[in-house]
Amino acid sequence: MSVHPKQNTGGDANKKIIVWLMAIVIGMFGFGFALVPLYNVFCSVTGLNGKTGGQIALPAVLNVDTSREITVEFVATLNENMPWSFYPDVRSVKVHPGEPTRISFYAKNNTNEKIIGQAIPSVAPGLAATYFHKTECFCFTEQTLQAGEEKHMPVVFIIDSDIPKDVNVLTLSYTFFIKPGSEAAVSLAHNSKHQEL
Amino acid sequence: MSAVIEEHHDHHDHKPTGIGRWLFSTNHKDIGTMYLWFSFIMFFIGGALALVIRAELFEPGLQFVEPELFNQLTTLHGLIMVFGVIMPAFVGLANWMIPMMIGAPDMALPRMNNWSFWLLPGAFGLLIASLVMSLMGMGSAPNFGWTFYAPLSTTYGPASTDYFIFSVHMMGISSIMGAINIIATIMNMRAPGMTYMKMPIFVWTWFITAYLLIAVMPVLAGVVTMMLTDRHFGTSFFNAAGGGDPVLFQHVFWFFGHPEVYIMILPSFGIISQIVPTFARKKIFGYSSMVYATASIAFLSFIVWAHHMFTTGMPVAGELFFMYATMLIAVPTGVKVFNWVSTMWRGSLSFETPMLFAIAFIFLFTIGGFTGLMLCIVPADFQYHDTYFVVAHFHYVLVTGAAFGIMAGVYYWIPKWTGNMYDETLGKWHFWLSVISVNVLFFPMHFLGLAGMPRRIPDYSLQFAEFNAVASIGAFVFGFTQLIFLYNVIKTARGKTSVKATSQVWEGAEGLEWTLPSPAPFHSFTTPPQVK
Amino acid sequence: MSAAIRVAGLISLLLFSAQSMAGYQLNMKPGVTSFSQGAYEIHTMVMWICVAIGVVVFGAMLYSIINHRKSKGAVASDFHESTALELAWTIVPFLILIVMAIPATRILLDMEDVSNPDLSIKITGYQWKWNYDYNVGENAQDISFFSNITTPDALHKSTNGGVAKDKDYLIEVDKKLVIPTNKKIRLLITSNDVIHAWWVPAFGVKKDAIPGFINESWINVPEPGIYRGKCAELCGANHGFMPVVVEAKSEADYNAWIASQKAVATAAAASANKTWTKEDLMAQGEKVYATTCAACHQASGAGIPNVFPALKGSAIATGPVAKHLNIVLHGVTGTAMQAFAGQMNDADLAAVITYERNAWGNNTGDMVQPSDVKAAR
Repeated sequence: MSVHPKQNTGGDANKKIIVWLMAIVIGMFGFGFALVPLYNVFCSVTGLNGKTGGQIALPAVLNVDTSREITVEFVATLNENMPWSFYPDVRSVKVHPGEPTRISFYAKNNTNEKIIGQAIPSVAPGLAATYFHKTECFCFTEQTLQAGEEKHMPVVFIIDSDIPKDVNVLTLSYTFFIKPGSEAAVSLAHNSKHQEL
Repeated sequence: MSAVIEEHHDHHDHKPTGIGRWLFSTNHKDIGTMYLWFSFIMFFIGGALALVIRAELFEPGLQFVEPELFNQLTTLHGLIMVFGVIMPAFVGLANWMIPMMIGAPDMALPRMNNWSFWLLPGAFGLLIASLVMSLMGMGSAPNFGWTFYAPLSTTYGPASTDYFIFSVHMMGISSIMGAINIIATIMNMRAPGMTYMKMPIFVWTWFITAYLLIAVMPVLAGVVTMMLTDRHFGTSFFNAAGGGDPVLFQHVFWFFGHPEVYIMILPSFGIISQIVPTFARKKIFGYSSMVYATASIAFLSFIVWAHHMFTTGMPVAGELFFMYATMLIAVPTGVKVFNWVSTMWRGSLSFETPMLFAIAFIFLFTIGGFTGLMLCIVPADFQYHDTYFVVAHFHYVLVTGAAFGIMAGVYYWIPKWTGNMYDETLGKWHFWLSVISVNVLFFPMHFLGLAGMPRRIPDYSLQFAEFNAVASIGAFVFGFTQLIFLYNVIKTARGKTSVKATSQVWEGAEGLEWTLPSPAPFHSFTTPPQVK
Repeated sequence: MSAAIRVAGLISLLLFSAQSMAGYQLNMKPGVTSFSQGAYEIHTMVMWICVAIGVVVFGAMLYSIINHRKSKGAVASDFHESTALELAWTIVPFLILIVMAIPATRILLDMEDVSNPDLSIKITGYQWKWNYDYNVGENAQDISFFSNITTPDALHKSTNGGVAKDKDYLIEVDKKLVIPTNKKIRLLITSNDVIHAWWVPAFGVKKDAIPGFINESWINVPEPGIYRGKCAELCGANHGFMPVVVEAKSEADYNAWIASQKAVATAAAASANKTWTKEDLMAQGEKVYATTCAACHQASGAGIPNVFPALKGSAIATGPVAKHLNIVLHGVTGTAMQAFAGQMNDADLAAVITYERNAWGNNTGDMVQPSDVKAAR
């Protein structure tokens, strides 16, 4: 190793810079991960991606705006290979903002084994998502259906009276996934590897 | 390669010999040479992949590759060109030139420099091995595009995705170490009197680029780490089933990706800012506004990332914010272009190969800048997004921008590196064939995109046939023209050209590097020069 | 078209560019909706502003290149600073940007019109086809179907040569999305697997289909006609082969189409209850196989080594019927093999499984009836 005469500084100055820059590097690596909760906060504030908030308690005083009527459509999607049947019991309802409304979705497990599913809600337009509150929903917890079992799963929601005036139709969507890491997910994955051989 | 420089052995004292000289090198010139050759080799590999792609797209129908392989080729082409060609070439130029430009004897952290380089062959060896294995029928290479959007790259990624993740980690560490080294060199090793506002623009652009690297390469490392844990350790960052969000991937990726775009262009701005004054025989116009413009571009690059994601369904307020912020980038970029033009204005111009490439850079990069401005206009972007218009745009900024800047830099500095003038006739052939064919290659892609051809497709319907054929012809001419460049570089390095370079090399050149003899001695500025 | 003809065409393009340009589309088309026309308007405006700036900047550069040459005896001036100039070319571009931003903002805000739609249609992206579901909202119709490319042979090198490279090449689907004209239609876009993007240039609508999330857009098409588009987001091997075709019909024609679809559904339900002959199953199975299965498993049943398994002589297609049926119904997680239970009716499933078990020398002799499928669901 050849040693070159250093210019106007020695190794200490380099060390200081390395320490500073490494701190930035580690900080930015952490920042990448911090983007995850930041993004979720950002979504819940702006309704980005139609993400809805968590469960809220039914308010003691309801502030119903009977002058307006909003059509709420329901759609159901099964993610790849989810071997269930899944659809809304009603296609749409008309509601007044502020009024709690109860509807339900139907699901049936078409296989011979128990499957744990997780439903992911989404609201369109995204802007309406922040005004869409659920007091009861099958999406808050995982849903287990035994072989051949069927179920009507309730949702109770309230649309905030503050929802912008130009929103008069919105859509509540659920997509059912096999719960990652659950037995069914593992057995299906195992099954597939087995079949490939 | 080693023979090349050993020819000058008699000029200099104690230069290590044999393979060990390269494996254990801590010399900024040797490491710079290795970076440049690595980048050059990768350029031909990535270019060969591009030619297979263009051959497949020459006419409708599938002639050469299956769609699965096509996606692997586009992915590897993108990754190799971005991380294996443009970035290492810039680091190579930085290694060679920054110490010589600021009057330093070497980089501040020579041993780390060695390691930064030697990580790269490992990283790319792994990546290319996945393609070789795929060609041998063992699984698939990464096939999700260089942007590797989840869930295509996570839940649906091939087994080689783990190779890819490891490879990205290695190149990330390499870039971060390279950037730390450059910052430490610039901050600590300047010759007496070399104040920040006296540094050559190339040094300035690299200084700012290095900070960008430090800031965003860790974010890239973060995003691939999240992919890794999603794939193997049960997390759900990007998997909706577990409460994650695939769109989050795009936000984190582009938070890295957009500054990355400027990492790939700022050093070229620096090279052009060295070359234009030399061949205009005139000082750079607006030195300080050049520096401030570079810094503003770097700052703005952090707040525009979501302009890559207008079709994901963002709220209007978000679309407007990212559109306005992106439009602002046009202002400092415009300042740079105007400054270059003003530097040429009322100069005493001559048109050697480096200047030809620099002028082509200004023209063609500006065209890429214009299409960039068009792309940021949200309603129009809904039509442009993910079409060949985008492909045309980023090839104008990366090929005729970044790569032309690098070629200009190589022609400009190779006499200093080797002590020999390159062959000017071959250089002109290389330039004219390149500049014509590159436009035949990429200009029709604007039309294809506007006519509705999506990117990343192995086959297309008949209305796109004509311009695809034109582009493919341009691609082959451009690709093979680069062999002239390779030949010229080898010829110059081996000293087979007739003219020996003087230490000044270019009549109008100014700066410390031109005070050194050509070739620059193995150890230069062992006693610091005094800058007035 | 052969390569030779194309090269000849190119030469003619270069020689007689004015005439031969007719077949070469150079610019975006205005399209038929307010979205696409807005996009076209702002595209045109920004493009011409860029051209104008380009003429000025490149003009100055060319002037300098021509006149300020050393070979012409030009002597370099000391012109390297001018605060006034530098301020001017910071402020003037900024003002030009404002001129662009104002119409861009207006057009974008016009696109965000969330008022009453007449009809909602759900669009779901699959690897590699689209599902159109009319069973949404107040005007829900019990119609849902998949839209597949009509030429699955085009997807593979070995079979591509046999596909006619005509005007329909890679742009035609078996079932089009049918919409009424002059109605505001709300599109709800999502995905079953990876991210896709539904795009029809003539509508100016390009929206990502994201698994787990729902996106929306609107169209109001004034003219009946066929409108074509593509998937615009890389979604795996056959990303290039999932065209979008929309047929806009007048209201009367649209209603007639709805009625005909319902009749088809009724007939399908009836066929699911009858017992089919083997010939009928094989004939129907061959059709279903060609549109749904051949893209991966190949028309020859040979699959693609290391990518898509062969069915010809495979353990699944010649082994126990129950296992074969189970895989077709429920798919194989982590592979491209989808669950077809939700995608096809009993009769089509029975037919295609029967076909797979008896075609290409898989002479198992097995027959699967719609009732068997129903029982296995």
